[in-house]
Amino acid sequence: MTIDWTAFTPWSALAGGAMIGLASALLLVLNGRIAGISGILGGLISRTPGETGWRAAFAIGLLIGPTLWALFQALPPIRIEAGYPVLIAAGLLVGIGTRYGSGCTSGHGVCGLSRLSPRSLAATLIFMAGGFATVFVVRHLLGV
Amino acid sequence: MNKSLLSAFAAGLIFGLGLLVSGMANPEKVLAFLDLFGNWDPSLALVMVGAIGVGLPFFYFAKGRDVTVLGKQIQMPSRRDIDRPLVVGSLLFGIGWGLAGFCPGPAVVATGAGEIKAIVFTAAMLAGMGLFALFNRPSTAGATS
Repeated sequence: MTIDWTAFTPWSALAGGAMIGLASALLLVLNGRIAGISGILGGLISRTPGETGWRAAFAIGLLIGPTLWALFQALPPIRIEAGYPVLIAAGLLVGIGTRYGSGCTSGHGVCGLSRLSPRSLAATLIFMAGGFATVFVVRHLLGV
Repeated sequence: MNKSLLSAFAAGLIFGLGLLVSGMANPEKVLAFLDLFGNWDPSLALVMVGAIGVGLPFFYFAKGRDVTVLGKQIQMPSRRDIDRPLVVGSLLFGIGWGLAGFCPGPAVVATGAGEIKAIVFTAAMLAGMGLFALFNRPSTAGATS
């Protein structure tokens, strides 16, 4: 392991992270709900009565963020290396996995760890390990 | 406009802008974090530190309460068990995350930025969630997030 100091962006990472924490805090103290993106999107699909409005409002906010950003300055780079078959397989895995495991990086990673949930800590360690292992296999064993 | 819809919208917007600021809407940067054995970019770890650092006191504050200032019931996940669906689901999610560098939040933000590949990923992800809903209809009670 070598640290890529040129790519490392500690201040923007902390600042962006703080905004994510603030957004999760707002949804909690105003709406009383957990800002778990997979739960919000999955809930929109399964349509729990009375829970659709806030979920749709949150998802629309998330979706129009880049448009609002682009009014003031150029969007940061979004580079997607994976080809279409990999993107489709990965999307299915992320969709099924986050619903089966009741959360993703936001629900378990940010909100779950913020409320010191052992269940979310386990989930976070497992999906992080899964991500590390997958990139290791793809980049260093298969050499893609 | 309904206050609780406005607050949910604001939360989603700030969340999305935070992902853009942090660089996490860019799969290349996420994969550079997941490439622990290559040229490692630790930025994602600091995104988590920033988010949890801000979130922690609010979640502590909410723990002892039933309703929010807007009069909404606080729904805090209550489950503490580490069961098979949690383990298997998180592992499948981790594999998908490592393949594309997208998790749900950044996928939606990159979709909003008009990236065709992100739109394809997000469509597949929503299809996966739909498949899950189809096969898991009776036993979704207690899902945390």
